[in-house]
Amino acid sequence: MTDRTIKVDYLARVEGEGAMYVRIKNGQVADVKLKIFEPPRFFEAFLRGRSYLEAPDITARICGICPVAYQMSAVHAMEDALGISIVGPIRALRRLIYCGEWIESHALHVFMLHAPDYLGYPDAIRMAKDHPKLVQQGLDLKKLGNEIISLLAGRAIHPINVRVGGFYRVPTRPELAPLHEHLKRGSDMCREIVRWTRTLPIRDYARNYEFVALRHATEYPMNEGRIVSNRGLDITAREYDAHFEEEQVAHSNALHSVIKGRGAYLTGPLARFNLNFDRLPDSVQQVARDVGLAGTCANPFESIIVRSLEMLYAFEEAIRIIEAYEPPETPAVACEPYASTGYACTEAPRGTLYHRYSIDEKGIIRDARIVPPTSQNQKMIENDLRDYVAPRIEMPSDQLRSECEQVIRNYDPCISCATHFLKLEVEREP
Amino acid sequence: MIVIGLGNEFRHDDAVGLIAARRLRENGFTAEEYEGDVATLIDRWRGADGLILMDAVSSGAVPGKLHRLDVSASPLPRELFKSSTHALGLAEAIELSRALGTLPSRVLVFGVEARDFTAGVGLSPEVEGVLPVLVEEVVSCMKRH
Repeated sequence: MTDRTIKVDYLARVEGEGAMYVRIKNGQVADVKLKIFEPPRFFEAFLRGRSYLEAPDITARICGICPVAYQMSAVHAMEDALGISIVGPIRALRRLIYCGEWIESHALHVFMLHAPDYLGYPDAIRMAKDHPKLVQQGLDLKKLGNEIISLLAGRAIHPINVRVGGFYRVPTRPELAPLHEHLKRGSDMCREIVRWTRTLPIRDYARNYEFVALRHATEYPMNEGRIVSNRGLDITAREYDAHFEEEQVAHSNALHSVIKGRGAYLTGPLARFNLNFDRLPDSVQQVARDVGLAGTCANPFESIIVRSLEMLYAFEEAIRIIEAYEPPETPAVACEPYASTGYACTEAPRGTLYHRYSIDEKGIIRDARIVPPTSQNQKMIENDLRDYVAPRIEMPSDQLRSECEQVIRNYDPCISCATHFLKLEVEREP
Repeated sequence: MIVIGLGNEFRHDDAVGLIAARRLRENGFTAEEYEGDVATLIDRWRGADGLILMDAVSSGAVPGKLHRLDVSASPLPRELFKSSTHALGLAEAIELSRALGTLPSRVLVFGVEARDFTAGVGLSPEVEGVLPVLVEEVVSCMKRH
């Protein structure tokens, strides 16, 4: 039993195609790999030569689950390049659409992908037979997220309507009114869901993470903020490249991100929550305290609770935005390109999403860099696996395999997003 | 009974379900087009007594072959409807709905074997050729219902 390999060839209930490999030798964890074999996607290369105005729509296609995050990081980076700052109702509408995406993405993960791990089912379909109300609630919540996105972005899948400087069209107050009613229902449902997540049999486990997330002066972070960590990092997106680097590893088509000189870190709901608990409204803080989470959560298996709390926050924030909304005079701020480089980070459901673009005087993209949250978390996922397996070497293989899969699913990894390619080399024989 | 055509308008043959729904409407029947999230699709058929779904499939059969599947009591074969890695696929959506007790009592799926799922507009000749047959069969099912 001391030398063995635990493998999962196709990880289930994650977005995209990946595998896991753990090798145990002489009673020690000898090797751990999260293998991402989803093919390289070359998005950064596609962007070169395209107009700066196209970046939000091209990058949105990187992910079917979090297209809004790509649109948001793209428009903020372009606006940074052009020295534009968006305020007022346009800024609020961007937060509103982001709320829709957080709800949609978190509802999918909490109910369909993650809950079966705690309730002991192989998938949501089999879970639905015994827990139909729960699954229906998940679908209902997800639908409310879709509703926000459809209203602001024309459609729920592959949203359009977001542009550099604002939107192509903004909603009227009466258009938002029915949504307001629905969201109130969603927020009540979500409060119950948070309490339900607390009743799940969650493993006692904790890790000593470096958490990285945005932090804003007054808000729970979505579109803006400084990049901070619990170990003293406090920088702007413009300084990102000086502090973070990506490494290529042979076993993955996704690059591994590290903090220079320190290594792996964690981004995503747990990091946001721990670094920004004081930025949640009192109502959400209270619900968090009621379930025993007052802003320090180092157990990745509790991420299901944190995602539910963020979902609740997204509902409350969306309601607040709709109540205060007065349409802007124009749907977008005008902008003129000039040669420049822009940087932005926004908070995708799975964590910080970094975009950097260099454009020329005509607004043509000359260089693009995108660092999605799953790339950033990849190394930490492997560290978690190593740490989790070490004291469980003697566990039967099937059980260990299943628990390792759960360790990965704690991250809600989006493998499709993370798949890059550093460089394509073609060797030709004469 | 409700009729829903599924697909992606801009992936050549993947649009066949949407185009069939349009043809049905041109002939005075009620049929919906659906391009969105499959999780939300479940909601569309909740409360209906019968359901017809039309979609493109890829099973390795001859392009243009029309698959007729009655999934009222048994699942859709996975080899015909590969699930999306990004979200729920149609087969999962049907099973999820069945588990939730919201699947209509009679469910028929018409799958057209596609040739071309690449980006672009327009059906392959084989798929275009089977379209009238698909529409006719759906109409006859609706009339029988």
